[in-house]
Amino acid sequence: MPSRPMIGYAHVTKSFGALKAVDDVSLHIAEGEFVAVVGGSGSGKTTLLRLANRLIEADGGTITVEGDDVQSVDPVALRRRIGYVFQSGGLFPHLSVADNIGITPKLLGVPAADIATRVDELLELVQLDRAAHRERLPDALSGGQRQRVGVARALAARPRIVLMDEPFGALDPLTRDALGDDFRELHRKLGLTTVMITHDMTEAILLADRIAVMRGGKLLAQGTPVELSKSSDAYVLELLRTPRRQVERLNALLLQSGAA
Amino acid sequence: MSLFTDPRWGEALGHLPDYLGNHVRVSLAALALGLIVSLPLAILTRNRPTPRAVLLALASIVQTVPGLALLALFYPLLLLAASVALAWFGVSFSAFGFLPAMLALALYSMLPVLRNGITGLNGIDPALIEAAKGVGMTARQSLVMVELPLALPVMMAGIRTAAVWVIGTATLSTPIGQTSLGNYIFAGLQTQNWVFVLFGCFASALLALAVDQLLGLIESGLRRRSRVRTALGAAGIAALVAATLVPTMGRSSQSYVVGAKTFAEQYVLSALMRDRLQAVGLSAVARSGLGSSVIFEALKAGDIDLYVDYSGTLWANQLHRTDIKPRAELLAELQTTLAKENITLLGELGFENAYALVIPKKRAEALGIRTIADLAAHASTLSIAGDYEFFSRPEWAALQKAYGLSFRAQRQMQPDFMYAAVASGEVDVIAGYTSDGLIAKYDLVALDDPRHAIPPYDAILLLAPKRAGDERLRAALKPLLGKIDIATMREANLRAAGNDANSSPDAVAKWLWEKVGGR
Repeated sequence: MPSRPMIGYAHVTKSFGALKAVDDVSLHIAEGEFVAVVGGSGSGKTTLLRLANRLIEADGGTITVEGDDVQSVDPVALRRRIGYVFQSGGLFPHLSVADNIGITPKLLGVPAADIATRVDELLELVQLDRAAHRERLPDALSGGQRQRVGVARALAARPRIVLMDEPFGALDPLTRDALGDDFRELHRKLGLTTVMITHDMTEAILLADRIAVMRGGKLLAQGTPVELSKSSDAYVLELLRTPRRQVERLNALLLQSGAA
Repeated sequence: MSLFTDPRWGEALGHLPDYLGNHVRVSLAALALGLIVSLPLAILTRNRPTPRAVLLALASIVQTVPGLALLALFYPLLLLAASVALAWFGVSFSAFGFLPAMLALALYSMLPVLRNGITGLNGIDPALIEAAKGVGMTARQSLVMVELPLALPVMMAGIRTAAVWVIGTATLSTPIGQTSLGNYIFAGLQTQNWVFVLFGCFASALLALAVDQLLGLIESGLRRRSRVRTALGAAGIAALVAATLVPTMGRSSQSYVVGAKTFAEQYVLSALMRDRLQAVGLSAVARSGLGSSVIFEALKAGDIDLYVDYSGTLWANQLHRTDIKPRAELLAELQTTLAKENITLLGELGFENAYALVIPKKRAEALGIRTIADLAAHASTLSIAGDYEFFSRPEWAALQKAYGLSFRAQRQMQPDFMYAAVASGEVDVIAGYTSDGLIAKYDLVALDDPRHAIPPYDAILLLAPKRAGDERLRAALKPLLGKIDIATMREANLRAAGNDANSSPDAVAKWLWEKVGGR
């Protein structure tokens, strides 16, 4: 276990009416870690993520971010120091790419000239051509480009933590692969602490250091893929087997057609 | 004379700075007030379904009240408010003209602004509001930076609808004393001056289109984040307002305001009085088309300085009397009663404009009808038409009582159309006016009233309390007193009912002045 958690959940619960979306979850994410939270729809993984920056308020338990109990921090200030990448971008359609990226620094009162420089840096970082994209509106971008802008926006205020809500889910496989790899590289280069939500175990294994599996609001297991494979939980094992089985079937099919 | 060379176009154009200026001012002030009230309400209730539903229901109810009625309702309401303000706080304001018109129109503008505002704000993708929160916006920042800009096209559509409605409805504010492009329309309808009617309609339509386009320019500027477009649109509206302020600045506030009700005789008489005042070097304007309940209150409050009313009308409507006295006694009592309110009854003009039951002369001869008593025997087989107020007036009740009148059917009609209707046989009897020139034109006859059920209606000149001791004014009006007999007034009214250049109130007033001894 790492020394000081960047994000700590301790016995956290959250209900929506009768539904227990998050049920007594404890999870610690260390500085520099890349954690993927995997689960099906309704597993509570998105709720768990949003509790960290108080887009959703917990009913019980304690959540800490960089050592601070989130309840003791102003939620707006908290959100400004945590990067958040939304499903399919969440870009503001009436703002240009540059204005979307620069929004959090602007809210923090950074001078316009500094924001402009930062936007150029970020466009380079997420590998978008500055001249071609800076003044465009989000509608004029492809899905992959939009998500790159989403990542740039999340990084604009130099957060140490980035939360990602199924960031690559809606993209075509090639774009998805490229973007995943690029982000993993950014995570390493910038020394980020990243929590990513996904329903795709393959993606989780390829990108994350550690994987947390959620089902019905409960945290079933957490650890490296190797550690998870030693889990006694049938669902966790089933999830882990899926990528491998897919690869085997794929290989078999490809070999067959090659032999033919 | 062709339509395009008609000199009345020129006359209409002469009124344009005044009418258009007032129209723009009252419309834009109403729109601004409507926005100031509605937009915050739309924002406050966007996430609260119950208050939102209540608010929209209230705004919808307001919208179902016809514009004319809404405007008319605001006058007594403000009159009450003004008297309360004066009694409690010693503050006086005028319940006449601008204020009631602006408030009623502002209320009228609220529905489209509210509905589109709420629809626009509620129609935003919730994921974007979540994203606004996620990037660290406060609720206020989210509203200003994300929600309002995204709702802008829908909201602006509502504002543009409101602008067009308000500019159109403002034409109906003439009867409560607000000068507007409606002055053309009301005057034109009353004096059969179709040039004025057309001019008023075109002018208000053009104004509505222009303001709509300017708002459209502002909208596209805001949406495309083009400062040039936004500034152009805003500058256009500012220029419109500025342009309308120019003509009023020159005008002295010491002007005498001559009031006129909504029919041709009144238009002619007010023009005549205005000309008399101007002839002795006083500055004077005519404020025409005032509702008959508005005009007396306006005089009392000093919003107008003088006008012509009719003794029987004041007797019934202001003194609330139902008994009938001989002419001289009635006038004397009226004079002393009005004096208690500091209103000066300066004198009679010399003619009477009474209600009278009127039928075609040939028909009267055929049926052997000379008086209302004769008519009563045939009434059960005949139909009667009157103006919009006649059948609810005490005269009608008195007539029914005195002669036992019971008609087969009764209808209400625009006064100017009644005479043609009875001449053509569409109705059998009308409640006309004795001074109306159309009686002679259509060969009609006013039946005698042997039982004196209808009170005398002498035309009398009234002065506002603040003009009670104004000797120059009295001297200027003196040549008119007792000089206009019924035959002269009928001929003047007939001229005013014509549809040519000589039939404008100004032209008829000049003719009348020459006729009664001026020159």
